[in-house]
Order: sequence, then C-alpha cells, then structure tokens
Amino acid sequence: MEYFVQQLINGLTLGSIYGLIAIGYTMVYGIIGMINFAHGDIFMIGAFIALAMFLILTSVLGFAFLPVVLLIVLIVSMVFTSAWGWTVERLAYRPLRGSFRLAPLITAIGMSILLQNFVRVSQGARVKPLPPQIQGGVTLFEGNTETGAIVVQLSYMQLIIIVTTVVLMAGFTLLINKTALGRAQRACEQDRRMAALLGVNVDRTISLTFVMGAALAAVAGLMFLLLYGVIDFYIGFLAGIKAFTAAVLGGIGSLPGAMLGGLLIGLIEVFWSGYFTVEYKDVAAFSILAIVLIFLPSGLLGKPEVEKV
Amino acid sequence: MANPANNRVADSVRDAFIAALLVAVLGFFFLALRTDIAPGGLALSTRWGLWFASIAIVFGVRLALNLLVFNRDTPVGSGAGAGLARAAARLPDMSGWVNWAMLAAAVALPFFIMTFFPGQQRQYIDLSILILTYVMLGWGLNIVVGLAGLLDLGYVAFYALGAYSFALLSTHFEFIGFWTALPLAGILAAFWGVILGFPVLRLRGDYLAIVTLAFGEIIRVVLLNWYEFTGGPNGISGIPKPTFFGLEFARGEGGFADYFGIPFSTIHRFVYLYFIILILAVVTHLVTMRLRRLPIGRAWEALREDEIACRSLGINTTNTKLTAFAIGAMFGGFAGSFFATRQGFVSPESFTFIESAIILAIVVLGGLGSQVGVVIASIIMIGGMEMLRNLGFLSQIFGPDFDPVQYRMLIFGLAMVLIMVWKPRGLIASREPSVIYKQKKRIGADMVAQGEGH
Amino acid sequence: MSAQVVTAETSAATSATGATWHSDPILSVEHLTMRFGGLIAINDLSFNVGRGEITALIGPNGAGKTTVFNCVTGFYKPTEGRIVMRHGPGRQQELVDQLTMSGAKWRTTPDGSVFLLERMPDFEIAKHARVARTFQNIRLFGGMTVLENLLVAQHNPLMLASAFTVGGILHLPGFRKAEAEAIDKAVYWLERVRLIDRADDPAADLPYGDQRRLEIARAMCTDPHLLCLDEPAAGLNPRESADLNALLQFIRKEHRTSVLLIEHDMGVVMEISDHIVVLDYGVKISDGDADFVRTDPSVIAAYLGVEEEEIEDKPEVASLVVEALGEEAAVEAGIETPAVDVGEAVAAMAETGSHPGAKPAGLDAPRAGGADDLTRIKGIGPVNAGKLNGLGIWHFEQIAAWKDEEVAWVGSYLSFPGRIEREDWVGQARALAAKPGAPRKGKGNGKAGEGR
Repeated sequence: MEYFVQQLINGLTLGSIYGLIAIGYTMVYGIIGMINFAHGDIFMIGAFIALAMFLILTSVLGFAFLPVVLLIVLIVSMVFTSAWGWTVERLAYRPLRGSFRLAPLITAIGMSILLQNFVRVSQGARVKPLPPQIQGGVTLFEGNTETGAIVVQLSYMQLIIIVTTVVLMAGFTLLINKTALGRAQRACEQDRRMAALLGVNVDRTISLTFVMGAALAAVAGLMFLLLYGVIDFYIGFLAGIKAFTAAVLGGIGSLPGAMLGGLLIGLIEVFWSGYFTVEYKDVAAFSILAIVLIFLPSGLLGKPEVEKV
Repeated sequence: MANPANNRVADSVRDAFIAALLVAVLGFFFLALRTDIAPGGLALSTRWGLWFASIAIVFGVRLALNLLVFNRDTPVGSGAGAGLARAAARLPDMSGWVNWAMLAAAVALPFFIMTFFPGQQRQYIDLSILILTYVMLGWGLNIVVGLAGLLDLGYVAFYALGAYSFALLSTHFEFIGFWTALPLAGILAAFWGVILGFPVLRLRGDYLAIVTLAFGEIIRVVLLNWYEFTGGPNGISGIPKPTFFGLEFARGEGGFADYFGIPFSTIHRFVYLYFIILILAVVTHLVTMRLRRLPIGRAWEALREDEIACRSLGINTTNTKLTAFAIGAMFGGFAGSFFATRQGFVSPESFTFIESAIILAIVVLGGLGSQVGVVIASIIMIGGMEMLRNLGFLSQIFGPDFDPVQYRMLIFGLAMVLIMVWKPRGLIASREPSVIYKQKKRIGADMVAQGEGH
Repeated sequence: MSAQVVTAETSAATSATGATWHSDPILSVEHLTMRFGGLIAINDLSFNVGRGEITALIGPNGAGKTTVFNCVTGFYKPTEGRIVMRHGPGRQQELVDQLTMSGAKWRTTPDGSVFLLERMPDFEIAKHARVARTFQNIRLFGGMTVLENLLVAQHNPLMLASAFTVGGILHLPGFRKAEAEAIDKAVYWLERVRLIDRADDPAADLPYGDQRRLEIARAMCTDPHLLCLDEPAAGLNPRESADLNALLQFIRKEHRTSVLLIEHDMGVVMEISDHIVVLDYGVKISDGDADFVRTDPSVIAAYLGVEEEEIEDKPEVASLVVEALGEEAAVEAGIETPAVDVGEAVAAMAETGSHPGAKPAGLDAPRAGGADDLTRIKGIGPVNAGKLNGLGIWHFEQIAAWKDEEVAWVGSYLSFPGRIEREDWVGQARALAAKPGAPRKGKGNGKAGEGR
C-alpha cells in the first residue's frame, strides 16, 4: 500500500512533465494537423536554457535565494524557448502551409535532427549534471512491509511540479476558452480559410500556438532538469515520443486529453518499473497506446470521427 | 514618393537586422555560453567571438540574399536548381533506356572505382553498398508509403527483424548459409508485418504513424533487453560472410581467388557484396514495377486515392493494406539480412528511429511512389552524408579541434529541411500510369493523393 | 406495424396493384431504423426495389436518403431492420426466412442467391451481393487515369485471374487474357459514356459532368445487379441530364441492371422512374409510381415545407407546387378547387378509428382565460392548431400530459407521424405550460382559436 502510494506520487510527477509537453503537440496538431516532431527537442532546448540561466544567476551573479532564482530561470527560459518555437515554425513549417501532409512531417523530423545536433555541437555531447537544488519533503505516512520500514514522501520538488502543472493547466484552459486568442485558435482549428475570411490573422494565431507550446515545453524542461538533475542533447527524443503518445492516448486535439494522457503514460511507466521490469517500461507505455487506439481509435477524450461517405 | 530602389535597400537592411537580432536571441544560450563539466560542478564559459561572428554572418548573408536573390524581378525558381529539377522531372520513371543505362552504370561502377581510385576503392565500394542498401529500403518503404499511402514510421523494425533473423539462424544452425537464410529472414519479416499490421491497419493517418513508430521502438527495446536470445546491447557477432556457390572469400586453398586462379584481394568480397545488394535491389524494383501493373498494385494506389471508393468497389481494404505492409516488410527483411552479413555483427544500435526517419526522408524527398526518385535521394542523402566525413581540410581553417563528423548530422538535418521547403512534393513528383490505352501521359503531382487524412 | 407502413402499402396497392416491386423485388428494405446517438435518421422504413426497374428515392434535404444508401451498401450498420437482396426471381420468402433464422450472411441457390445486407461488410456487399454505388460528392481515384479507374473496379475478377498475384508476377497467359478482357470491358463502358478519348487522362482532370458519368461507368464495371446512384444529376446542365437519362435507360434495358437513385431533379425522376419512394424526416410518406406520388398531398406538403391545407390558401405556394411537381400535380392536388379538404378526410378517418395509439381526451371549450396559442409550438402551424382544437385540445398543459400512445395517435391523425416526436411537441408544450406569465396568446391573430 505504502509502496503503491509512493509510486502513484512519482507517476503523477513524471506524468505532469509529459502532460506539459503533450499540450504543445496537441495544440499544434489541433490547429494545423501536423505532428511537430521537433517539439521534443524544443523541450530539450528549454532545459538547456534553464541550466545556463541557472548557472548565470547562481555562480556568476551570485544570487542565493532559490525561489527568486527559479522564478527568473522559469521566465527567461520560457521567453527564450518561445523564440525557438516561433523560429522553427517560421522557417520550417510556414513555407509548407497548404502543402501536402507528409512535407511538414519530414521537415519536422529534419528540424528535430538539426536541433539535437546543434545543441550537441554547441554544448558538447556529454551529459550535464546539476546537483539537486530542492531538498526535503513532506512525509505523508510511514508503514512497514516485510522488507522493512517504508516512508511515503512527497518531496517539495514533486509538490512544486504538480502544483505548477495544475496552475498552468488551469491558466491555459481559461486562455483557450475565454480569450479572443483562444477563440481565434479554435476557429482556425475548425476551418482555417473561413477564419481568415472573418478577419482572424491565421499566421499569427498559428505562430502563437507554437509559442505557447514552446513556453510550456520550457517549463517541462526546467522541471526535468530539477527532478532528474541530468540533461543531454538527446533527452528530447524519448520525452517527445512519450509526450506525443500521451497526446494521442488522450485524444489528439484535446487539451484535457493531453494532460490525462500524460498522467496515464507517467503512471504506466512508473508502475511498470515499480512492479515489473524497468527495462520494458517503454514497451508497456507503447503497448497501452496501441491497445487503446485499436479499441478507441480517437483516444480517450477525443471526438469520435464519423466516417463521412 | 521615395525612390523604390532606396526603399528596397532599406527594407532589406531592416529584414537582415531582424534576422540578426533573432540569431542573437536564439544563439545567446548556445553560442555565447557553454556549460561544461568542471571540477566541483558545472562551469560556464563564454564565447562572445563566436556569437558576434554568427550574428554578423547571418546579417551579411541575409542582406545579400535580400538584395541579390529574393527581391530580384526574375523569380527565384529560375536558378540552376530549378533547372535541374525540371530535367529530373523529364526523366521517364525507370522505363526504357534510362532503366538500362542506370543498370549498366551500376554494374560497371565497382570496376570503374577499382580502375580509377585504387587507393580508395574499398571506401568507395563500401559507400556504394551503403547507398544501394538504402535504395532497396527506400523501394521497400515506397510500396507502403508511396503506393498504398500508409504512413509507416517504424519501418526499421522490419530491417531489424530481417537482420536478427538472419543472425540468429546463421549462428545457431551451421547448415544455414546466406542464400537459405535470406528468404527465411524475408518471410519472417513479412510474417511480423502481418502480425503487427493486422490490429493497427484500420487506424487512420497519423494514428497509424504513431503506432508504427511505437512498434519500431518496442522491437528495439526488446532486442536490447532480451539478453538470452539477442545478446542485448552487445548484439550478435560472428555472422558468416556470404559465399560464392560455396567458395569463401578467404586467402589460400579453396578460396574464391584460388579457385579462379586470380591473385587474392580483400576487395573481391566487397565487390561480391556490392553485386548481391545490386541484385536484391533490382529484384525489389522489378517486383514492385510488376506489382504496380497487377490488380493488387492498382488496388494499393486506389487505396491511397480514396479508401471509401475502394470499399464500394468490393475491394477488401484490410487485406490490401496487409499485403502492402507485408511485402514492404519482406523487402525490409531482405535488406536487413544483407546488412547482417555485410557487417558480420548486429546490435540494436543500428535500428533506431533515426534510421526509419532517414528511409522515410529518402522516399519523400525522392517523390512519393517514384522509383528513380528514391535512387536520386539516396545518392544525395547517404552519399552526401558520407562525403562530409571527408571534410578534413576544414580543420585547417577552423583549427585542429574541428571535427567535421560532428557536423554531419547537423548538415543532414538542415538539408532535409531545405530540400523539403524547396520541393515539398519531392524531386520527381509525377506519377506514371500503370496501364495505357493509346498514349502515355504522366500525371502531375497535384492530382495524386498522398494517402489517408491529408 | 406502424402507421406509415399501413398507409404506404394501401397507397401502393391503390396505384399499382401487382407492381413488380411487390411481386419481384430485387431489394427489400424492411423496418429499417438508423439512429446516430439521439438522432433518428431513419425510422422504421420499408420499401421494395423492383427487379429491372428504376426506383427513385426522393425527399427534401435531410430526409435520410443518403443514410438509406449507406445502410444498403454497408457503410453504416443499421440499428434495426432487414435488407434483403435477391439475385433469383420472386420474393423467395421461405428462403429469406430460413436465412434470417440461420444467422448466415447469404445463401446460394440454383435460382440465384439471397443476401442479408445488414449482416455484410461494405466490400462484401459490392463483391458478392453485387450492389454498386456512386457518391454524392464524386469519389474517383483522381490521380489515376480514367482507364485505371475502371480496372480497379474489376479488382476481384482480376485478382482471381492473377491467382492472387502469383500468376500475375509470373505473367501467366491466363492472367494476360483476363487483363485484356478487363480492358475491353472498360473500353466498352468508356465508349458508352463517351469518355474513350480521355482514357489516358487523370480522372481529376475531367470536367464535372464527365466525372459523374465516369463514376457510373466505374460502378457498372463491377457487373452489378443493383446500381445505387446518389444524386447523379446534381450539377449537370439540362443536356447532360438528358444524356444521363438515356444512359440509365440503356443500363436498365441492355444490362438488365436494377437502379435505385436519389435525385432532386424532378425532371429526371419523373421521366425515368418506374417507382418512386418519398422520404421525409426519415419516414416514408409516399410510395408508388410517378403519377401516384405526384398527386399525393403529403408529398406536396413535405416538399414545400408547409401544412397541406396551406397550399390551398396561398397562391404563391400553389405556384411553387406547379413548378416543383408539374402542372398536372397541382391540378390533382386540388389547388384550384379547394373544395376537397384533406383535413376533413383525415378527421373522418379518425372517427373510424384507424389511427394507432389512443385518442387524447379533449375539452369541449377552452378554459377560462381563453385558449393558448398552440402555434407557439415549433412544428404546429395554424392548420394543425385548428385540427387540434377540433379534437378539443386548447392548452399546452393538455399536450404536455400526452402519453406515448396519444402522441402516436395524434401523429397519425395529423399525418405527420414521427415529426411530433422529433420536434418534441410534448416537451415544448411542457416548457410553455411551465413558463409563468409568458404571453400565451402569442401573435394574437386569433387564428388558433378559430378551429374548423
């Protein structure tokens, strides 16, 4: 039981990170119907910017008060990662708007390779370790198992991740449902040409979608950095695929679906590692995806597609 | 009114300035700063020179482009690149004399290399083998993506299955040589294609893509972790080399050179491997071309055009998709077993997602469904990428620390983006009809559908 | 059995006793119901398609015609009902019943097989039951040539001839012969639809009218017993429409293929159809030959979206009827002689008790405060309000209290079966009744209260 609760907490933490990345996938897919393969690498870029900014603040400028440092790091990495997201869209996807479906997918894969190798060349291929910054946590309860005492702990780090995710999710839902920008986004999702005729600036709306996705990915990148303390140029690939899996699992195009899918993938991975084998955790996540899609072809929260004859 | 020429210059400068500013922002954390592991944690170092140089270069290049290329009265497309593309588009797609000319060139290639580049013959023949392997993989995937319109992002799984099938069969059973294991590996891969394909083929478009990607990863993870069977990350080594009707390519008594009474040379084996993959690729091509003209091939293309109409005509779309998947998988399996015998060693590292991406990129860059496009794209992508290894002279410019191999994938990714933006439909975008009543007319790419959900 | 089926069968009997579609139906749709979530697209629909005949399925937009097609051709699985396709002559009732009990999809007999289409997936219907179809929004293989389109249609025989590709790869003579024959058949149909000059052009390159004809040719290449055409004349100019008529007549006469078509162009429908089935809101409102349907008041009402009696009152409506259905129809509908009162005729029927369900209890006169304006309920016009008043229904509360049987009875009485449930009169009435202080008198023209 105690073990279960601990795994649940770990799973929710990991799932929050996946969910934040998955939102970027799902928003882009919703609005222009493409798999933005480079999004995982935008997440990686975000983590690198966060790391560099953190070092500037702590070792160059000598700031010591951690909450302020983290807040500045968060904002800076969101802003700069957004610029990356905007540029990727502008250079690799916008020229192909209205082209056929596979072209932007290929440029996205090309972009992903490009970004990975840009970071590898400019920052080196070796992993960057960052010692844990936020220590301690709340002990929820203690219990005994046959192997000895077990402590169920919610670390402050996990608490921060889960709370931040919830706050961002709420903010985003409001943004999409209540603001003019959100309305423009939903209009573009339904019918881009009609939205343009009605005076929606489609290019700007799509750019902003990429910017928002990148900003959330930057948050996920910072969290990943703080949680695992190790990043390299390759983290974007697997996290990206998992997050995309999460978006599809939840029903692509649906924001709550992306979050739900992220949490589920996180939970599946953690529980599988906890109770079965660590090696096959990816197999478990992908198998669940395949099974869900076979029986529920539009994901958990996606709108079912009615075949128009 | 201001002078339009002045305006143009002003606009160009402003645009270049914005581009430079963007590079300044994007590059700040990556070019100006660098984090490295140092004693006692991470250390931050600065490279202001690199940062300023990049900004200046982007400003200059952008300004030059704006003034000299983008804003000229003649359209950009009239440059040499567009001319090349038009010439390529005029090439009949693998028919008539072009077919024979290309085949003749391919047959003559190793002898040409041996005659004119004796110093680098091994390297060049190896590169030719690599390119042909990708041509074959591209043609195999072309059946699935180009003809049937099913987006498969996990094609490398079948490549891996072929390679491992061959490796396991030949290392466990003495009597199974390359020529017996090859068809078995292909059949096994096709069988897996059916098993994996059956549940997922009713998914549409991007869902299919992501599930095939997942399957590719599952296969790789299983290969990586099933130590007892696959050797895990260490892979399987000691895979026998192919023999020429029982003759080994070895020095001494009973070897190939000895039998034919020619002096022994290690290059013989490479030439032999080259011809094996050439034959495999030609077989793939011939079978594909024949299939296109058969009802099954027309059903694949019809499926790509409109699945609902297919069903209204009594075509069992599930079976049709499965055959496309299985035949594509089979050729992937053949290529995989060739890969295993060429390397003499297989490990999961060779079968990552990036391989799938490269094969798909070859198919799409070549032009979906175009056989000759795959050849051109393979030569450009694989040949070009390997050529980057030879950029040693650059280290004389950038200093001894400069390692061009590092930049290989960077340039590869950049090339993928640029080519796709330049020609989204691929290099050869038109389709050749599979049957002709009176007059052969090529079909423009804008009419050909690209499969589900586009 | 519900009301509309009774009406339909009596009406058909009166117009053409012993019609082919009764004695020798190639297709029988029986009690077909299709629901999408809460929406009932087709409600208990039954009709027959006569062998060797051209049957038209008509009705206003949204009547459920294409849904019927999709059920017949297997693209939708019907919620309820049976769809029988017969290759052999006659009704073969015994065989059909046996087959229904057996759970099999079809049964082959020396006379010709019988198929239960609702049990078969779409491609099997085309392959075995030999039902071919075209689509409302043309679905050609745009990137393939015209000739290729017609060869894809012959996929199944060619697959067999190529021994499932093996013989084809080996290029055996049997396959080569079959392919030559397939090309001959394609050429035959291309000549028929006058597209032979464009055989090597991509289908997407053809003008619209040619695409329509090519789609029909492609469907005919599957050698169908029944050809289903979804709005084949849509977007055609008058000359092309005339061509289409000729083509359909040719298909019927020379190939003895039965045709079921959905069409809005009344010129086409009236000229070539042997049998017309009219749908409105998912139920059949008329069934018979062209003359019968043309003069059926409920058809006229449904087509113009007005209550039947209003046709008499309003000259502009009358002119619309003339335009839509032909002058003859207008005359027979009694537009110029408003003496015939359909409402009274129906009321007379009500007296004889031929409506299913239970007659709602009425009041002799409105309560104090006057009658409610029943036309405030969507779907009740002044005429129907009058008819309801005739039954003693004056108030929303009365409608709100109706039970299912009463709803059914009133639906039948007003000859709008199904529509009352669909528009939820009862629910609307409840809402209106519950609304305190809402102006119940409505528009105040007093018409509702006048009665008849």
